[in-house]
Amino acid sequence: MTVVLDYEAVARRLSEEFPGSVMESGKSGIVVKSERLRELAGFLRDSSEFEFDYLANLTAVDYLDYFEVVYHLVSLTNNHSLALKVRCTDRDKPVVPSVVDVWRAADFQEREVYDLMGIVFEGHPNLKRLFLWEGFIGHPLRKDYL
Amino acid sequence: MEIERRELSLPGSYIDIVEGREVESLKESCQQPIPDSDSWLETELRRNVLLTTVDYVIDWARSRSVFPLMFGLACCAFEMIATAASRFDIARFGMDIFRWSPRQADLMIVAGTITWKMAPAVKLVYEQMAEPKWVIAMGACAISGGTFRESYSVVPGLNRIVPVDVYVPGCPPRPEGLIHGIRLIHQKISRDTIKKV
Repeated sequence: MTVVLDYEAVARRLSEEFPGSVMESGKSGIVVKSERLRELAGFLRDSSEFEFDYLANLTAVDYLDYFEVVYHLVSLTNNHSLALKVRCTDRDKPVVPSVVDVWRAADFQEREVYDLMGIVFEGHPNLKRLFLWEGFIGHPLRKDYL
Repeated sequence: MEIERRELSLPGSYIDIVEGREVESLKESCQQPIPDSDSWLETELRRNVLLTTVDYVIDWARSRSVFPLMFGLACCAFEMIATAASRFDIARFGMDIFRWSPRQADLMIVAGTITWKMAPAVKLVYEQMAEPKWVIAMGACAISGGTFRESYSVVPGLNRIVPVDVYVPGCPPRPEGLIHGIRLIHQKISRDTIKKV
């Protein structure tokens, strides 16, 4: 297994590099501001101290008050991992910047999240439904979907 | 060396003459074939006449050469694979070969959950199969949607999209259950008629 990084320490390091980008950090991960996500993602991938070269998983959670998109990052070089999170509060049109150009693995994962949770990934090259068919109404993994 | 050769050549020619006579006499006595013995045959076969119906022969042939379509949608497929493998061995019923092509298959075993996105493919594969064709709905999901019946993406029963001949319940059914379903298909085939109604 990979070594899970100390989130507090990573949050402090990220705040140094990008002041004001980290909203909170707890035991479950680091929540960052969505408008700063892309520069943070690029930094986490390219800097030699982190070098997160592998996006293991991308998913989303509906907390009713807000959606949370979760990025599980793994560094195959340094053998450590990190949970990065982004929130969006607008239920009608939740928008999160896409990280496809940082990690190609995000392509299908973001399409799945768009399909089932209805979160729009801005900058995704081919954002359309993945599991459900064109013409399906609604996003079934939302808490208010019935 | 020369002495030995002379000694061999004299009795040799004599042996050749004897052998030639033997061949001639055997050929003389074997001008007709020996009749095959039929005493071991049973009475009906010795008469060499079988009376049956066209339906019976066709159904007999069809029910003993049902080729299933290689078709697995979910976990039930593993029980289907086990049924085909050596322990349960549906080769006993003349079903050795799972066909990859629907053109060559007679039986579609729908093993697993059918989602609405997969449903057009299932229907297409069924329509591509040549007549006569039969369908087994294997497992709770294929029969009725199973646990996922209320789901937004699951077909509530295979019979919504194609006609079903035999339902094999279970989650998943054991290979014995599937074999029982296959035997029922055989029974159903053996009651078919080629008569146009």
